[in-house]
Amino acid sequence: MFDFGKTWDLISGLEGVQTGLLAAAILGLVAGIIGPLIVMRRMSFAVHGTSELAFTGGAGALLLGIGVEYGALAGAVVAALLLGILGARDADRDSVIGVILSFGLGMGVLMLSFYKGRSGNKFGILTGQILTIDSTNLSLFVIASIVVLAVLAMIYRPLLFASVDRNVAVARGVPVGFLTVVFALLVGVSTALSVKVVGSLLVVALMVTPAAAAARVTASPWKATVLSVVFAEVAALGGIVLSLAPGLPVSAFVTAISFLIYVVCRVVAWARDRRTRVAELGPGLVSVAAG
Amino acid sequence: MEPGEFLAVLGPNGSGKSSLLKALLGMQPLSAGTVEIAGGRPGGANRKIGYIPQQRAIDEALTLRGVDLVGLGLDGHRWGSGVFGMAARRRRVAEVIESVGGTRYAKQPVGRLSGGEQQRLRVAQALVGDPEVLLCDEPLLSLDLAHQRGISELIDGRRREAGTAVLFVTHEINPVLRYVDRVLYLVNGQFRIGKPDEVMNTETLSELYGAQVEVLKVGGQIHIAGAQSALCEDEPHHHEAATGS
Repeated sequence: MFDFGKTWDLISGLEGVQTGLLAAAILGLVAGIIGPLIVMRRMSFAVHGTSELAFTGGAGALLLGIGVEYGALAGAVVAALLLGILGARDADRDSVIGVILSFGLGMGVLMLSFYKGRSGNKFGILTGQILTIDSTNLSLFVIASIVVLAVLAMIYRPLLFASVDRNVAVARGVPVGFLTVVFALLVGVSTALSVKVVGSLLVVALMVTPAAAAARVTASPWKATVLSVVFAEVAALGGIVLSLAPGLPVSAFVTAISFLIYVVCRVVAWARDRRTRVAELGPGLVSVAAG
Repeated sequence: MEPGEFLAVLGPNGSGKSSLLKALLGMQPLSAGTVEIAGGRPGGANRKIGYIPQQRAIDEALTLRGVDLVGLGLDGHRWGSGVFGMAARRRRVAEVIESVGGTRYAKQPVGRLSGGEQQRLRVAQALVGDPEVLLCDEPLLSLDLAHQRGISELIDGRRREAGTAVLFVTHEINPVLRYVDRVLYLVNGQFRIGKPDEVMNTETLSELYGAQVEVLKVGGQIHIAGAQSALCEDEPHHHEAATGS
C-alpha cells in the first residue's frame, strides 16, 4: 500500500507538496501548543463548533468569490468569540455550542447549494485542501501562526493559571475575563488555519486529539505540551506523506494517525496504572497473581 | 487587623462572609465605607494576599501536578511563559512544599490526591508568594479531623513566624478556636467583633440573631444551640437594623 519510491518522487518533484508539508509542520506546532489549554478548559466541543462556523464563513466567501481562507477566518473568529462570551457559564455552554453549530452548518449548506463553481472547492472546505496552498497563502498562514504563538508566549502563564485554578487566579488578580476573550481569538485563528489542512469536519483531530492523548500519559503541563506538539506533527506530516502515493484524502490519514496515537496513549496509561496498583498491593499479592 | 493576628469570620450562610472576602479582593464594590488591605486599595494589592479556597473536587485527568499548582501561586499572575528562571522557581516551590509536608505527593496529579493533601498544597500555594495577609475561605470544609488540625497548625505557624495576618472564614469555629485572637460574627448585615469570649456568649449572640440562642461550652469547644431556627427569618426589623449599622 505504501509506495516509498512514488512518495519520494512526489515530495521532491512537486512544489505544492513541499509547501503543504511546511504549512502542516507550522500548524502542528500551533495546534500542539494550544491543544493542552483547550483540553484543560474543556473546550473541545467549542473548537468543533468554531470549525463548523469556519465552514459557514468559507462557504459564504466561496459564494461571494473571495478567498475561502478569509471567510473561514472570519467565521471562526466570530464563532470563537460568541462561544467564549455567550457560553461562559458551564451550565449552558454545551447547549449554546450545539445551537450555534447546527444553525451555522445549515447556513453553510444553503450557501454551497447556490454555488455553481467546481464541486472540489465545496468538498475542500469540509475535508481540507492542504496541497492547494500557494506561496501567497503560505505567507498569510505563516504570519497568522507567528501572531498566535507570540500572543500565547506573552499570556501563557496567567492563562494556564486561569484555566486550571480559576478561583485562586481571580483572587490573585489575574484578568480572567480578558484572557477568556484573547484565548477565544487565538482558538478562532488556529481553527481557521486547521480548516485549510484537515477541513472543518476534522479540526478536532489536530487541535484536541494530540493534547488529549498527551494528557493520558503525563500530568505535567510542560511535558503535555511537548508531547502534544510531537503528536500533532506526526499526525499532520505523516498524514500528508502517507496520502501521497495512494492519492487518498490527506485528512483521512491525519485523523487516523491522530486517533491511533490517542489509543496507544490510553493503553500505556492503563498499563501503568495497573502496574502501580499491583506495586501498592505488595509483592505477596503479585506472586499469588503470577502463580 | 494587626500583623500576625488571627481573625475568625463566622456567621450563617448568606450573612456576607463571602461578600467580605470579595470586597477585600476588590471583586465587589462597596455601597458605603472604605477598605484598605496590605497597605493599599483592594484589588491593587492582590499580590500581597495569599488565598486559600475551599477544597473542591478536581478532575482526575487534569494535567496539573502539586508542584505546578504551588508554582502558579508564586508567579502565575505574571505575564510571559515562565520558561526563564525555572531552576530558582523549582527550588522555592520545593522548599515551601517541604514546609507543609507535601513532598511525597507533590509530583502526582492533583486530581488524584485526597482532600487533605490538596489543602496542604493549597496552603503552600498561598504561602509561596510570601503574603502579608492570608484570606482563608472555609479551607477546612469537608476535611477529616486530623487534616483539619494539620491545616490549622500550618496557618497558625505561618502567622507566628512571619507576622502574616490571617482572616479565616468558617462556619465552624472549634477546629481553630485555640488559635483565634478575635472573632467577627456576621448575621443579617449586623456584626459583633471581639475576643472569642466576648462574642461567643449567650447574651451577645442572642442580641445579634434577634432570637434566643444558647451558647454552650463543652470540653473547650463552643456549641451554639437555636441559631439555625433564626436563620430563615427575614423580618423587616432585621433590615432596618442592617441599614442602621
